[in-house]
Amino acid sequence: MTSNLIAATPAATGEGPQEMRSRSELTAKEVLREVGSVLRMSEKAAAELTSSPVENDEEQTMIINMGPQHPSTHGVLRLMLELQGEKVLRCKPIIGYLHTGMEKQGEELTYMQGGTNVTRMDYASPLNNELVFSLAVEKLLGIDGDIPERATWMRMLLSELNRMSSHLLFMATNGMDMGAVSMMIYGWREREEVLRFFQKVTGLRMNHNFIRPGGLAADLPAGWRDDVLAILEGLPSRLAEYDVLMTNQPIWRERLQGVGVITAEEAVALGTSGPILRSTGVAWDLRRDLPYLKYDEVDFDVIVGSYGDAFDRYAIRLNEIRESMKIVYQILDKMPSGDYRIQDKKVTPPPRARIDESMEALIHHFKIFTEGFKVPEGEVYVGIESPRGEIGCYIVSDGSSKPYRLHMRAPSFVNIQALPHMMRDGLIADAVAVISSVDPVLGEVDR
Amino acid sequence: MALVRDVLDDGLGGLEHNFLTGRVEDLVKWSRSRSSWAATFGLACCAIEMMGTGAAHYDLARFGMEVFRASPRQADIMIVAGRVSQKMAPVMRQVYDQMMEPKWVISMGVCASTGGMFNNYAIVQGVDQIVPVDVYAPGCPPTPETLIHAIETLHQLIEDGEIMRRRAATGAGANVHITEIAAGATVTPIVLGAR
Amino acid sequence: MSDAVVDSPAPAEQMYGCDVTYSRGEKVIHVSRANYIATLKKAIDDSFTMCTDLTAVDFLTYASTNRQLPSSVVGERFEMVLNLISLERRERLRLRIQIPEGEASLPTAFDLYPGTEAMEREVFDMFGIEFDGHPDPSRILMPEDWEGHPLRKDFSVGRIPVQFKGAPS
Repeated sequence: MTSNLIAATPAATGEGPQEMRSRSELTAKEVLREVGSVLRMSEKAAAELTSSPVENDEEQTMIINMGPQHPSTHGVLRLMLELQGEKVLRCKPIIGYLHTGMEKQGEELTYMQGGTNVTRMDYASPLNNELVFSLAVEKLLGIDGDIPERATWMRMLLSELNRMSSHLLFMATNGMDMGAVSMMIYGWREREEVLRFFQKVTGLRMNHNFIRPGGLAADLPAGWRDDVLAILEGLPSRLAEYDVLMTNQPIWRERLQGVGVITAEEAVALGTSGPILRSTGVAWDLRRDLPYLKYDEVDFDVIVGSYGDAFDRYAIRLNEIRESMKIVYQILDKMPSGDYRIQDKKVTPPPRARIDESMEALIHHFKIFTEGFKVPEGEVYVGIESPRGEIGCYIVSDGSSKPYRLHMRAPSFVNIQALPHMMRDGLIADAVAVISSVDPVLGEVDR
Repeated sequence: MALVRDVLDDGLGGLEHNFLTGRVEDLVKWSRSRSSWAATFGLACCAIEMMGTGAAHYDLARFGMEVFRASPRQADIMIVAGRVSQKMAPVMRQVYDQMMEPKWVISMGVCASTGGMFNNYAIVQGVDQIVPVDVYAPGCPPTPETLIHAIETLHQLIEDGEIMRRRAATGAGANVHITEIAAGATVTPIVLGAR
Repeated sequence: MSDAVVDSPAPAEQMYGCDVTYSRGEKVIHVSRANYIATLKKAIDDSFTMCTDLTAVDFLTYASTNRQLPSSVVGERFEMVLNLISLERRERLRLRIQIPEGEASLPTAFDLYPGTEAMEREVFDMFGIEFDGHPDPSRILMPEDWEGHPLRKDFSVGRIPVQFKGAPS
């Protein structure tokens, strides 16, 4: 019966078969690789794991599909779950349903256009994608020390506001997945405030292509301080509402505490980063440990959990919103005046007004936007802290105006590997809680 | 109360205004357009904007679309929100086939309409290669106002009934043809979505 | 600006028995296929416990002759790149391994860094480099029956020519 279920869905849809054998079919050696390689368990313990729970009766376990079209999988994620009753024995995530060929597409676009491509990977925090891409290109160009102060502080402001809007999105979807459907409306209410500010500054609500190699596309508009202050002053009371609605509420705690537990060794071995790693007690935040931009000049705390469960991850993200607010207050004080982009003729197009006056400016503008600027050969990897973990950009350049190889290290791609470990021996209802607490964005998983 | 007295006195002839006559077809179209439920088919960035359109600021509930039904059997409109990759295309066709007639499709965003900025091996260049589309909403991503405009355009099309007529002419979308099967005849089943 | 920026290899320095170069200030070690697993083990013992990234590059149509390699290393068509992090010392390290086109395979790093499972599948899917001993060597991003490896340079991007209204077709 189980074999019918496996055969039914993949062959009928034609995306191809993915195999998952039930746990009773696995040898101790295979279980050792699957579980033990993370936990470094002994062979004896692995043998015990295979022999005990399932009463060696095939009908007792069921392999079902969750997704790819599912309201709670945060996008097109497909999970093959092996269930024994309501208990999840094993889980296999299958991705690729949103594969866009962005890395291949990036080889066809110039460095100026690259931001439009890269920003659509993690579409919940697009400015962070653009930031890491721009930092990598600037490092290759050798101008990373010459970016004006104001540009750096503006980038930090936008990055932190994006962190806040991404975590508010997490609050909304997490609440809805757990059943607190009104949380969806509240989270979006807050997020709209931030998106309105982004629309005022960058022109778009999402996928902005605003942070470009060399600086930013435009300066902050007049009155931006008042807008940011309005956001910051409106938020604390709303976050207090979330505490009342969710954090202190017994049902919420029952659903999230002790669910999706992962240990620090597992998290590090699996390469996870961001709130998942911090929830296990490892205090690793790239803003503090390998600082970029001017994060070493602002004062903020790194929020760390202790149990490694879904509740810790929720609490970390809630408090990271508060920390981001603290950082934005400091940025408001410290924002210097100056240029919003480097005045290097090679990289920066001339101001639009000059194009009417000067032939050189016109040609220069034309060349930068059609041919693109050439970047010296070499390779570079830059990693920053996005709301989901470490997002990295690896670029290999061969001296031309388009990247030879563009690779983005997406945090959700690596974090999804932690899902089987978190879901093991949990209930299927907890599977939704676990996926939600990992907060994957399938755009960057599949790229 | 006067109304009731008139009816009791003279029966239907006592009704002063003929408020009961109207075509059932118009009533059906009117109600369909005002309570269409969308199937959750949010794929990528457009899904975030679709969620934002359903949220409080750009409320979709005022158009009758407050619920997004996950089960395609209970949904009327499939809003394809996001880029459709090669792996996802058969899944999308299967979800579309599982929806009950009458059904409509809104292609939200440029990636769904034409493939968008991703003109490459991995993205289907327009979902109209897979499902028949009724309304295309441009934008990357379309702002909630654009999506509401698209939904309202679709509602107007539903209410005007053009869709039903057009679809009847072009095979009713799903190309489902019913033929009589003789008793005892062997039938080879048609597997939906098979290559 | 261009001369100061292009790096020249420093042949003298070695780490774990492999040559070290610096790329824009980042430390890169060049590992041979034979020493791959042994070097990873040394790195883990030296506190590089997290493997952040594992990817590959196809140098088939590389326009320049300078691949920033030390003199002892011969450049092959494929190159695998690993990025490691030491949480204790707050350091990054990059490994580059040359992989010839005829024998595009490498032992898997899964037993040492379980987090490389999905990343190695992606490299197999996109480049065709096989990993010996990987628990699930199947395609991860493309459909199972897809032919070809998309990120190779001889696989075209698949662009469909766009027809504009009124233009001669």
